[in-house]
Amino acid sequence: MLVMLRHSPHGSSWLREGLDVALVGAALGRKVHVLFLGDGVQALIAGQTSGPLGQKGTHPTLDMLEMYDIDTLLVDGESLAQRGLTIDDLQLPVSLVDAASLPRVLAEHSPIYSF
Amino acid sequence: MKYALLVQGAPYSQQASHSALRFASALIARGHTLGTVFFYHDGVYNASRLATPPQDEPNLVEAWRRLHQEQGTSLLVCIAAALRRGIIDEREARRHGKEGHAVESPFELTGLGQLIDVHTTHDRLVTFSP
Repeated sequence: MLVMLRHSPHGSSWLREGLDVALVGAALGRKVHVLFLGDGVQALIAGQTSGPLGQKGTHPTLDMLEMYDIDTLLVDGESLAQRGLTIDDLQLPVSLVDAASLPRVLAEHSPIYSF
Repeated sequence: MKYALLVQGAPYSQQASHSALRFASALIARGHTLGTVFFYHDGVYNASRLATPPQDEPNLVEAWRRLHQEQGTSLLVCIAAALRRGIIDEREARRHGKEGHAVESPFELTGLGQLIDVHTTHDRLVTFSP
């Protein structure tokens, strides 16, 4: 299964609730791949903390992905570049994908959960 | 084909619920079946029995209930997303010492695992997000 994360880590619960689906899928034995797209790439920026809103933050959850055998983290390179980021800014090792390969990535996965 | 819908938009705030219901009618009219609607994220607000829309607006809770009555569609609500938004059933209200509850049959509070399982029990999963 593929979990697409398209929202930034702060300002809404999309990222947290999307990651929950990835973790539950892995806990149930599914092979889970995660695709960070658009503002979703900002979830991976290293050095984030939970901040003043008293929420837990998602960076500890991202660190847990490997424990759940979720090791395929795909990142759209254009989304990174548009935000002035490179893979060196990210807290986890990722695989870059480009716009041309996205249709193939989506076609290879079923089901796809989009957050 | 047997369909499942994932609804993630709040009723009356976003189009997602309306679109999901229209899609549900269309697929049933074409002879498909709607096995499950799973409510997640702000979609869990669709399950509130306390919603009281004006009489000249569509009653979304009634529309979901009708799907269950007429098609036997399961109306599943993610318990983790629901509890923190105050969408609790009688059992959870008792457990947490709260007065009143927002969820009652045919809506069911359930775990995210049910959403993952949908893939093995349905032919298609279609997501409606804001």
